Amino acid sequence: MREPDNIEEMKRILEAALLTSPQPLALDDLLKLFAGRMERATLRMLLDELKTDWTERTLELVQVASGYRFQAKAEYSEYLSRLNPERQPKYSRAVMETLAIIAYRQPVTRGDIEQIRGVAVNPNVIRQLQERDWIDVVGQREVPGRPSLYATTKHFLDDLNLRSLAELPPFEAFAQTEIPLD
Amino acid sequence: MDNAVNLQVKIKGETLTELPQDLYIPPDALEVYLETFEGPLDLLLYLIRKHNLDILDIPMANLTVQYMAYVDKMTAVKLELAAEYLLMSAMLIEIKSRMLLPKPEEIAEEDDPRAELVRRLMEYEAIKLAAQRLDAMPKVGEEIDVAAAYYQHITQVKPPEVGLDDLVEAWRNVLKRAKLNQHHKLGRAELSVREHMSLLLRRLSAVQVLRFDELFDLETEGIPKLVVNFLAMLELAKEGLVRITQQEAFGTIYVQANSST
Repeated sequence: MREPDNIEEMKRILEAALLTSPQPLALDDLLKLFAGRMERATLRMLLDELKTDWTERTLELVQVASGYRFQAKAEYSEYLSRLNPERQPKYSRAVMETLAIIAYRQPVTRGDIEQIRGVAVNPNVIRQLQERDWIDVVGQREVPGRPSLYATTKHFLDDLNLRSLAELPPFEAFAQTEIPLD
Repeated sequence: MDNAVNLQVKIKGETLTELPQDLYIPPDALEVYLETFEGPLDLLLYLIRKHNLDILDIPMANLTVQYMAYVDKMTAVKLELAAEYLLMSAMLIEIKSRMLLPKPEEIAEEDDPRAELVRRLMEYEAIKLAAQRLDAMPKVGEEIDVAAAYYQHITQVKPPEVGLDDLVEAWRNVLKRAKLNQHHKLGRAELSVREHMSLLLRRLSAVQVLRFDELFDLETEGIPKLVVNFLAMLELAKEGLVRITQQEAFGTIYVQANSST
């Protein structure tokens, strides 16, 4: 098989791979396209160029936790949503609050979640988040009962267009009042 | 609860003689909210924010009265009341009572009894806001549309490797299966149990009683036929057409037609 010998050709290969991949592609995935003859630094440079090439188009190349993907620019989402008029059902407050606790306080046990919310955790809530592949069990706390420790997944970050947890809005922003230290 | 109302209520040093008007929520309006609370902390936060109470200097008596009114209302409409709500009632009353107790000098520096409640309320409020924020963020499948151009994936097909051992093993399996097939040749079509049942009955009607071993002609009949004959006898016994008797253990077994009795 012939190997690409110029930058434009390499970018087109990257573009084709990224446009056809249903999941974000990591640098390691993209390196495979070039049969091991590519430096990571070169690949990053190519991706940067590709991103620039697409700035005037309807899709944009973004980097999320699992890698790179093309997605429609935000300004089109309103129109695109008309193709699928069935709105995704909203998650309940219990689900979103549980998710927020896991996102900001991870790894946490069910007990930690109950402590913060002040109510028992409905197993359904955890299940919904696990089915969405937004949270998973990353271990057990070494206390009696060995409760599972929950954390958010890469998929959660991908779905929220984030590269890392650090990109979540800072938790301090939500504290309404300073807690006086006395 | 009545005791709590009769307590002298002080807010920032000022004695309160009656409940402030804005603390009153008409009972009918309560029902609307009842099910929207995510628990006692959520309810307390609602009460605090609704009445502009200072979260760092919570008037415990007022808050407790309000809270208990809600809990009573919940019980009245037979809402399944989570135990957490009752636990919180107890906690509120405990905090209030600790505030009323005079503090001995040496432990005057003791933390405000409300401190832990305030910490929990504020942490919960922050989580609540964080959850709202997460909910509002664009998500894949909702506001974010990921590009996925159609592409017919063709995976490179590697021919499987075959060694001599695999070939030998395969041949053995073929032989093994061939043997199994041989047994299956003795199909029902050749030997009918029903047919042998009739034959057996016919013999029995002629001689009345047969010894078990007389049923089987080991010399001339093949094993399959003996088996079918045996099955025929069992089938006849099952249908009550023959009687099989044995006088003693290991003794001779006799077969006779049932019609003869």
